[in-house]
Amino acid sequence: MNKNIQVKKEIYHPMEDILRMDRMPHIWCPGCGLGSDVVAFAQGIKKANIPFDKVVIVSGIGCTGRVAGYLRLDSYHTTHGRAIPFATGLKLANRELTVVVFSGDGDLFAIGGNHLIHAARRNVDINVICVNNFIYGMTGGQNAPTTPLGAYSSTAPYGNFEPPFNLVGLAAASGATYVARWTSIHIRRLADSIATAAKKKGFCFIEIVTPCATVFARKNKGGTGLDLLSEFKNRSVINHSADPTKIPLDMEGEIVCGEFVNEEKPTFWENVKEGIREKVEKKVDWEKMQSKRKRKLYAESSDDLS
Amino acid sequence: MLKKSKLHGEFFMQGDIACAEGAIAAGCRFFGGYPITPASEIAERMSYRLPMLDGVFVQFEDEIASITSILGASWAGMKSMTATSGPGWSLMNENIGLGMMMETPCVLINVQRGSPSTGLPTSWGQSDMMQAKWGSHGDYGSISLCPKSPQEFFDLTIVAFNYSEKYRLPVFILTDAIVGHMTEKVIIPPVDELEIIERKYTTKKPGEYLPYKVEKDMVPDFAKAGDGYRYHTTGLTHDERGYPVMTEECQWKCVPRLVEKITKNADNIILLEERDVEDADVVVVAYGITARTVVPAIEAAKKKGIKVGLLRLITVWPFPEKRIKELAQKVKGFVVPELNLGQIVLEVERCSAKYVTTKSITHPGGGIHKIENIVKAIEKVAYE
Repeated sequence: MNKNIQVKKEIYHPMEDILRMDRMPHIWCPGCGLGSDVVAFAQGIKKANIPFDKVVIVSGIGCTGRVAGYLRLDSYHTTHGRAIPFATGLKLANRELTVVVFSGDGDLFAIGGNHLIHAARRNVDINVICVNNFIYGMTGGQNAPTTPLGAYSSTAPYGNFEPPFNLVGLAAASGATYVARWTSIHIRRLADSIATAAKKKGFCFIEIVTPCATVFARKNKGGTGLDLLSEFKNRSVINHSADPTKIPLDMEGEIVCGEFVNEEKPTFWENVKEGIREKVEKKVDWEKMQSKRKRKLYAESSDDLS
Repeated sequence: MLKKSKLHGEFFMQGDIACAEGAIAAGCRFFGGYPITPASEIAERMSYRLPMLDGVFVQFEDEIASITSILGASWAGMKSMTATSGPGWSLMNENIGLGMMMETPCVLINVQRGSPSTGLPTSWGQSDMMQAKWGSHGDYGSISLCPKSPQEFFDLTIVAFNYSEKYRLPVFILTDAIVGHMTEKVIIPPVDELEIIERKYTTKKPGEYLPYKVEKDMVPDFAKAGDGYRYHTTGLTHDERGYPVMTEECQWKCVPRLVEKITKNADNIILLEERDVEDADVVVVAYGITARTVVPAIEAAKKKGIKVGLLRLITVWPFPEKRIKELAQKVKGFVVPELNLGQIVLEVERCSAKYVTTKSITHPGGGIHKIENIVKAIEKVAYE
């Protein structure tokens, strides 16, 4: 061995200023795509040039739910499906913050589906990053609302017969101002997308198609995490002008990636400010509201215990 | 002009509206809610008032979003509140647990109705007394206050915010459709005459701050999102850093404190109103609207020569066990009328069973107790 090579003893990670290195190693399985997704997120936030102190991350429950715990940001690991309303509260109470929800397909589209469509409808200024691994990983590989037709899971031992949601289609139809889909292998494009969303106003939605080597691939003979990534690479097509409602995912077809929606719409808070502020000023007859009423009140007699 | 728009003066005001005004006086600037009878007026009032104060009102898609959003708003440093009734409360329970585990200051109003299920939406009850204590899974200390009038609904909403800020937990007000929909005189004092407590923000620097490190008072210092502390918080069992640690040892450190920070401060939290209790043979223990509807029965029993007192629980949780135990050693027994089939009576029995008997007077809600039933119960306890 060449004695001149000095081995740095401390483990160094290029994103360690935004990761909680004291929590490594993480709990994700070998071959899982979440590590790449988190790095893409870190790169995206750096690219967007937003101070880390002003970025807040909120997660729900599940494998992806653990993301909040590994990012050295103000981070909130909430209950199953409820990351979006928690994030809505945070954002509206402090509009300076860049609030990002980072959660899984089951969390955001099954138990939390109602919150997602309504947050998109009211155009709350938050970013939602959905890691779609087609299955419930943390609990052992049960069927998800994204599991493709015919795929096997631990609660679909004869193959899934329920049609899955097309996440980008649903987000676009619900009113999201920015909708994109990438896979865990499109790190550079994904990071760009995350940077765009971080700077953009309104409800932004990014789906990351991510390999689950431990349960989804095992149940469906998909091979290792690396095999799945190369499969995603072969199957994916970039088409920014695709109609997001017409590109569902299945077991073998194309994975259409791209930025499908990127439009400007007033956000919830802009609507509050511009829509009702003037009316508030006009409507309130403050003097009348404040006037003292001096007439004798019968209420006094019923207050017999005080 | 609008910034100063806090009411003060004398008003003829509905209970629900008094509650909303109490919240505004306490500094609440975020309300997340979902319509439900008989609590909707609180949301309606907030939707009208908060825009005048640069506050945030959001009508959410359900009660689950409502409770979760007020937790988020609180972590951004804004005092926040939601209001609902029994069915909505049932939906909120999981995230009440999240609020308890993350130690998030906020206030929840429950304008109770006849239950279970959809029950009596437009009528009253006191059906969620135990749900408020045990509704979410697991152990946590909780604070619940019971107003008897619109004036007290106003006052206790402020107290609820103060307790929530001081002890860092979601604080509950358990009222009912009568108090919520009743219109009475409400006196709102000038803002500077109100006692308002703010949460204890950390003075430590980022890097030194540990979000769940506690000193003697058992309540950790708060840091809000965006202040550069970059801390983690979770509903999982966590250590002082807020990091999840799945061990028995950490569970011991994390969970019992959530209960003890309330039980050890119980004397500072418990509010009671006592009338003729000191020399009483029989004590009627009542709360909320029931404490008003039993007054004629107490008067009637007194006319019959029985020494009756009234102990009104303004704070129901933590339960005033010390006071009940003291009284149990002096009186012949307790009578506990409530608009449910016997909930708080279980607590009175627990504290007094060693000494005296307790008579429960139940009512499923939708009406009030018959005076003669209460008088009979008082007589029974006095003469048996």
